Amino acid sequence: MASTNSASALRIIEGEALATSSAANARTLTRADLTDAVYRRVGLSRSESAALVESVLDEICDALVRGETVKLSSFGSFVVRSKGERIGRNPKTGVEVPITPRRVMVFKPSNTLKAAINGESTNGIDD
Amino acid sequence: MIKSELVQRIADRNPHLYLRDVENIVNAILTEITNALSRGDRVELRGFGAFSVKRRDARVGRNPRTGAHVSVEEKSVPFFKTGKEMRERLNDDRGT
Repeated sequence: MASTNSASALRIIEGEALATSSAANARTLTRADLTDAVYRRVGLSRSESAALVESVLDEICDALVRGETVKLSSFGSFVVRSKGERIGRNPKTGVEVPITPRRVMVFKPSNTLKAAINGESTNGIDD
Repeated sequence: MIKSELVQRIADRNPHLYLRDVENIVNAILTEITNALSRGDRVELRGFGAFSVKRRDARVGRNPRTGAHVSVEEKSVPFFKTGKEMRERLNDDRGT
C-alpha cells in the first residue's frame, strides 16, 4: 500500500518538474514508448506495434552489419567506419596495449534534428 | 540504405500492411525520438544504442575563410552511443 502511494506522489512531482524545467528532470524513453507511439499512429495491436518497432531496428542493424550507411531523411544517418590498429593505454596501470582494428558505428544527426533540439524551425535548412 | 528502402524491406516482410502504414510506423518512431530529444529526454534502445542530448557552451569561433572572430551561442546537440550488442555485432559476423 505504501508503495502505491509513493509511486503516485512521484508521478505528481515528476509532472511538476517537467512543466518548469524539462532538462533538469530528463526521462528515459525505451522501446515501450516507441511501441506506444506506433500504436497511437497506426491501427495495430500493441503486440504487433512492438514487433514492428523491433523489425525497424533489426533492419537498420542488419544494414549496418553489412557495412551499409543508413540514411534517414530529416533524422540523420548511421555510418560504419573501419578503424585501423592503434596503441592504447590502460588508464589505470599506464600499460600500453594494442587496440585491434575494428568497425564502429557513428550517428550523424541531420540539420532538421539539430534544429528541433534547439527549438528552431527547420525553414530553409537542408538535411 | 535510405528511408524508402527501409520502408520497402519492412513492407516486404509484412505483406498484410500497406506501404503507407509502414511509412507511418517508421515516421512515428523517428518523430518520437526527435520529440523526446527536443524535450531533453534520453532514448535508450537496448542492443541498438542510446540517443541523448549534450549541451555545448557558448564559445568564440573563427570564420575559417577570413579568420574573423564570431561568437557561437550555447546550443544542444544530439548524441548517439552505440549499444554493446550492436558494437559486438559489427565486429563478430564480418562475413561480407
